[in-house]
Amino acid sequence: MVLLLLGLVISGSLYSLFAPAQAQEQQADEQLVAEGRELFLVGCAFCHGQNGEGVVTEDGESQLGPPLVGVGAAAVDFQVGTGRMPLTQPGAQAQRKTPLYTEEETAALAAYVASLGPGPSIPDASDYSTEGMSDEEREAAIVRGGQIFLTNCTACHNFAGHGGAMPQGGYAPKIRGVEPHYVYEAMLTGPQNMPVFSNGNLNPEAKRDVIAYLESLDETPEYGGFGMGALGPVSEGMFAWVLGIGSCVGAAIWIAAHTTRSKKDKVEA
Amino acid sequence: MNTNLPAERSREVEADPIANPGLPAHTWRPTDVDPHAERRAERQVALLFGLSAVCTLGFLVSYFALSIGEGGDTFLNLGASTVALGLFMSGAFLFMGIGVIQWARKLMSDQEITEERHAAASPQEDRDATLEALSAGLEESGIGRRSLVRNSLLGAMALIALPPIVLLRDLGPLPGDALTRTIWTRGMRIARDVLGTPIRPSDMEIGDLINAEPEAIFEVDDNGEHVIEGAELQVAKSKSAVVVVRMEPDEIIPGPGRENWSVAGIVAYSKICTHVGCPISLYERTTHHLLCPCHQSTFDLADAGKVIFGPAARALPQLPITVDDEGYLVARSDFTEPVGPSFWERDSE
Repeated sequence: MVLLLLGLVISGSLYSLFAPAQAQEQQADEQLVAEGRELFLVGCAFCHGQNGEGVVTEDGESQLGPPLVGVGAAAVDFQVGTGRMPLTQPGAQAQRKTPLYTEEETAALAAYVASLGPGPSIPDASDYSTEGMSDEEREAAIVRGGQIFLTNCTACHNFAGHGGAMPQGGYAPKIRGVEPHYVYEAMLTGPQNMPVFSNGNLNPEAKRDVIAYLESLDETPEYGGFGMGALGPVSEGMFAWVLGIGSCVGAAIWIAAHTTRSKKDKVEA
Repeated sequence: MNTNLPAERSREVEADPIANPGLPAHTWRPTDVDPHAERRAERQVALLFGLSAVCTLGFLVSYFALSIGEGGDTFLNLGASTVALGLFMSGAFLFMGIGVIQWARKLMSDQEITEERHAAASPQEDRDATLEALSAGLEESGIGRRSLVRNSLLGAMALIALPPIVLLRDLGPLPGDALTRTIWTRGMRIARDVLGTPIRPSDMEIGDLINAEPEAIFEVDDNGEHVIEGAELQVAKSKSAVVVVRMEPDEIIPGPGRENWSVAGIVAYSKICTHVGCPISLYERTTHHLLCPCHQSTFDLADAGKVIFGPAARALPQLPITVDDEGYLVARSDFTEPVGPSFWERDSE
């Protein structure tokens, strides 16, 4: 009985300690969602519907904009933060461009879309940062990340992360030099036609390892010389044969075609 | 000469219709007529050879001075040693080449010389002597008369072509059922490639793609050694690789008799293209298309792996899957058809 009373007293006082802060936070969240809804109705609703339910064309065959219920804050942060959304025009691929929304506006939009249905939230820096790891741990993470990258990512994004062509005019973008949290969000949400690598598929540590590998690629100088987009030996050979040998042949023809001649006659000594 | 024939006579009338104009008058180069220009050209050529020598010395110096490998010297984020060696070596050859060309074009004689062509055939007496020696050889060996000798020689020569063909048998053991079977068996868990962890259906969200292998690939014994190892491991891995994807269950059109081959919208297909066997995992989430990077064969994973584009002739083999007692994804059986490209003895049904 005494124990129960003690428990009640403690939980009651703990609640009074934390409750106001929570309420305040909730209020801020609600305000952010409301702001996001305003922005959404102006900038996104034309294609994604006024409640993010998506818009289907009249014949019902294609989608003007997909439904956003359940895509989560991470998808919004990626699409709007990298400038892919809003689209300039419909086409095979949403292009990366200068973002149209400020960071606060993006956060508001993300909060609103996240309120439509449960989905992946924006990852925290601690999810993908390799800071605080010892050198051996980091080395191990890079090695593991490289294997995961070569198995899951290389097919589309090239073994050095330089990107590649996809069907119907699309392409897998270059992922070198992309901010780690966008790489993480892309794996989490599968933007456009990319498959999803959810946390059940590749756990957060595996994702962190992939990012560590990508960072190590950026840090490693190209000891072998110009990489030419890591397109491989065939294209490098083509470059040498067509441009290299071609310019040698051109130079030889140019040399043979030009000689200065004098109008004077030779004076024999 | 006998010029009685009418045809020859008419030809004789215009023996030389257009006179040979000969070579145009030779014009001189500035270096031929001006001693100053000649000496300048001489200095230019010597300077180019000198630059070549400097580049060679630069090559040797950078070979010893610049460090290579991990943590080596860099230049514009490129390996400094590679760049320096390449530039100095090409400079050494290039300057020497330019020097030689300048020498030839400015200083060496450029008098036009005419050389008459001569007949390509050997003189008549040489040809006669050769033919005579040949026929004498044939006559003396008696190959025309002694048909027994000739025929037995031809027979022996035909037979000597056989041993190399027979030795082809030593290229390796016959494949047996290796082309039709993989290490997938009933109840074998599907494991993530590289990580080797088993998969629960609840791990996967709609649109997820997992590159997977049979769990046996990652199995280790008590000493931590792989149960399957070496070349055997590589062969097993390359044949049994699968892609596991999850889509909305109502988007799947199961093939005939494959109604229970998927679990909650999760399907597994061989990762080996049926065209020439490239590993494929270029997956488009929204269209469910799997594209082969080698020759652009495209398979529809929502429609029994059918070929919708490209040179592949067969649908991608599907791995029948279910869940085991512990709730992990497992194979129902091995693939029901050979994976990878077609082969001679393959059952075409």
